[in-house]
Amino acid sequence: MTYDATFRVWRGDAGGGDLQTFTVEVNEGEVVLDVIHRLQSTQAGDLAVRWNCKAGKCGSCSAEINGRPRLMCMTRMSTFGEAETVTVTPLRTFPVVRDLVTDVSYNYEKAAQIPAFTPRPREADGSHRMQQVDVERSQEFRKCIECFLCQDTCHVIRDHEENKAVFAGPRFLIRLAELDMHPLDVVDRRHEAQDEFGLGYCNITKCCSEVCPEGIHLTDNGIIPLKERVVDRRYDPLTWLGSKIRRRPRD
Amino acid sequence: MTATAPRRTGAVTPGRGTSETPPRRAAIAARTLRTDRWWLQPLVTVVVLVLFIVYSSVRAFQNAHYFAEPYISPFYSPCLTTDCEGDTFPELFTGPSWISPAIYILVVPLGFRLTCYYYRKAYYRSFWQSPPACAVAEPHRRYTGETRLPLLGQNLHRYFFYAGLVFNVILTYDAVLAFRDETGEWGHMGLGTLVLLANAALLWLYSLSCHSCRHIVGGRLNSFSRHPLRYRFWTVVSKLNANHMKFAWVSLVGVAFADFYVLLLATDTISDLRFF
Repeated sequence: MTYDATFRVWRGDAGGGDLQTFTVEVNEGEVVLDVIHRLQSTQAGDLAVRWNCKAGKCGSCSAEINGRPRLMCMTRMSTFGEAETVTVTPLRTFPVVRDLVTDVSYNYEKAAQIPAFTPRPREADGSHRMQQVDVERSQEFRKCIECFLCQDTCHVIRDHEENKAVFAGPRFLIRLAELDMHPLDVVDRRHEAQDEFGLGYCNITKCCSEVCPEGIHLTDNGIIPLKERVVDRRYDPLTWLGSKIRRRPRD
Repeated sequence: MTATAPRRTGAVTPGRGTSETPPRRAAIAARTLRTDRWWLQPLVTVVVLVLFIVYSSVRAFQNAHYFAEPYISPFYSPCLTTDCEGDTFPELFTGPSWISPAIYILVVPLGFRLTCYYYRKAYYRSFWQSPPACAVAEPHRRYTGETRLPLLGQNLHRYFFYAGLVFNVILTYDAVLAFRDETGEWGHMGLGTLVLLANAALLWLYSLSCHSCRHIVGGRLNSFSRHPLRYRFWTVVSKLNANHMKFAWVSLVGVAFADFYVLLLATDTISDLRFF
């Protein structure tokens, strides 16, 4: 079933731009990225769009579709009515390079600031041993494809550019949680999570969890447990005291 | 530790709040391009919470119609002053008569819900509009989240959780006492008994599904395999935790309904349906 859809696509660069309207053919089973590609090949040969796997695994084609942060390759055209105008814009939180392509280097800078995985010494036979139940929680966060939709939707930096200096964003808060929960890791990242990576800026409004294409429960399984771990060290006198008199081992 | 890049940086361009698009970002004037009814959920949250706040405030300050033998309203339990209707609890002190006995105890359930991780999401979104919905710009020029007082106080949630457990025990005790009849004889059960039982059960579900509870029972551990029992607790609480939002709402309505039922009985508007 083929029909003509109305697409509004933001075109421009850091100097300015606007939403341009196109009428473009849509075939059964297609996703938004297919239509953007058709647009590129038939009407707007210089339309800039970043994409790679077309399978929701590389995290390249992040954009905002009808105002919602989505992967273009995972948004089926069948979710829109035939008469509905589909608006595609670049990620708002990051500087635009051109058209739908944004400069996401903020994320790579934050990633480089996270204290890396630091395992305890190997056992006598030279191996690292851990049980599956111990790493299961961390493994959920390893599903992250770094599409940065959570970073884009997080109002802390989306609406307040100035917070980018002090806030690492949900993707890197769950990276901190992943490392902090890891059974082999020996570094305590809790004070840094609060002081350097802005955990306190998160007001757990859960938009990161809503937009995650991998279905990671960023807030419930990552950020809130990390907040509770920070409370253990900084705001709960009882657990703080317990750790001082060595009644509460950190395992 | 592995060396890390300098902190507090990150492709920052000077911020100017929400009044205009920060430099270098795509110039899109609209606050949001969402086409769905994103305003509906915050609106419903505001309406329901305001209704509850108005109703519970009226009832808490009313200082009457909260006891109908053998039922006591959850808003007034434990009732600890000498002014209290009924004799369920020891009368510990005499407060000024214009202060309702509910006021002394409501700070615990109020604090528990106010600092709850789910309610925080609900009211930050709907009342404070920070943000009103995902990818909808918030109206504030500055944002510091929970980094400063008074919002730093949200970190006290676990203490309200501990105190809330005491209240759950008391309200469960009330539900058990509701198996007595008006004369104090055991072996009675009315619709009110069921209402108080359901209320207590819902409050337990809400409390035990709490994120702080999940952390305390096992979430703080890094090695579950060395603490199998706590791992099982954590697994159960995690399952409950997935429904925390549901329990938050249902228990809120439940506690208001339990109070309303006692109000109807105490004012003789209805009489209790008696099973045996």
